[in-house]
Amino acid sequence: MAMDIIYGERANPGVEADAAGGGLWLNRADLKHVAGWEYKPQGFCKGEVCVPVPDARKGEFVDAGARYNLAALANLIGQPVVTDAEFNVVCVGEAAAERKRMLTSLDAPDFTLPDLDGKMHSLADYRGKKVFVVSWASW
Amino acid sequence: MPIAIAFDSGGNAATEPWIKAANATYPCLIDRRHIVAELYDMVNVPTAVWIDERGKIVRPSEPAGVTDAFRKMNRTNFSIPADAMNELQAKRKAYQDAIRDWVANGSNSRFALGEAEVLKRMHTPDDGQVRAAANFRLGEYLFEAGHAEAAKKYFEEAKRLRPESWNYKRQAWALEDPMKAGGPEFWAAVDSLGEGKYYPGPEDI
Repeated sequence: MAMDIIYGERANPGVEADAAGGGLWLNRADLKHVAGWEYKPQGFCKGEVCVPVPDARKGEFVDAGARYNLAALANLIGQPVVTDAEFNVVCVGEAAAERKRMLTSLDAPDFTLPDLDGKMHSLADYRGKKVFVVSWASW
Repeated sequence: MPIAIAFDSGGNAATEPWIKAANATYPCLIDRRHIVAELYDMVNVPTAVWIDERGKIVRPSEPAGVTDAFRKMNRTNFSIPADAMNELQAKRKAYQDAIRDWVANGSNSRFALGEAEVLKRMHTPDDGQVRAAANFRLGEYLFEAGHAEAAKKYFEEAKRLRPESWNYKRQAWALEDPMKAGGPEFWAAVDSLGEGKYYPGPEDI
């Protein structure tokens, strides 16, 4: 069925996926497009990083039709998965360990957001200046 | 360079009057999905983080120049007694002075913290808290897609998993009714803190 998959900051509408049994089975191209992962002999890889899949559990991650279970991979690396069955939306969040790694590096995590006119600004645009990031809200 | 980030799922419609009125000379960005709150582990507004010229965090997320004195506010006419107002203004000025000191003195400012102190003060999220963020994100996605009713249970789950996040509470209330974020539910939540702090601010400013 077609599902909207939110992965990291990006939402991917209408991805063909099988969510049977709490899984999230995608084909190879969608796994790469949605989540950036590629399945290789050494496991799931993104750039230089590979996550090995235990041989005995391979069936949880890969099926005979060359589909890959993104939910199982997320569980393996500590990413939360939340699914809305009514509107077929699934959100794969960031792992606590990854958030901790980013923050404790003390390198300010970059972000890109619009102003009122829709112009995009990134924190990285202001490298070389001191930056005072302050939150507020209308509520 | 100040960068103001609005944690506002209401987007431009919610933030435009405030941004226009502020007429700021620095970027005022709109963060519908509370991305910056997640990246920097912020649970309330106003929360600030200080970043130096190399892109390094020199003060982790902290309440920015505010105190719990607002709790003395008259809940009918929203007036604040003079002593509480003086406390709020003194705290704000002290925080602004600390920023100016950092701008003038850089890493020699006593308010620009060393790595060990930044790490000591920094909070990083646990599994439940990142699950809260994923629930909030899903709720916000459904809300933005026009499914306000379906969004509610994910906002509720985010609030349940991370009760210390005033962002989740007040944003979810505001999406139900713009007046609700400062209404009886808000004050009941503040009262339930007892002697606890709403803004546990830094002790060195």
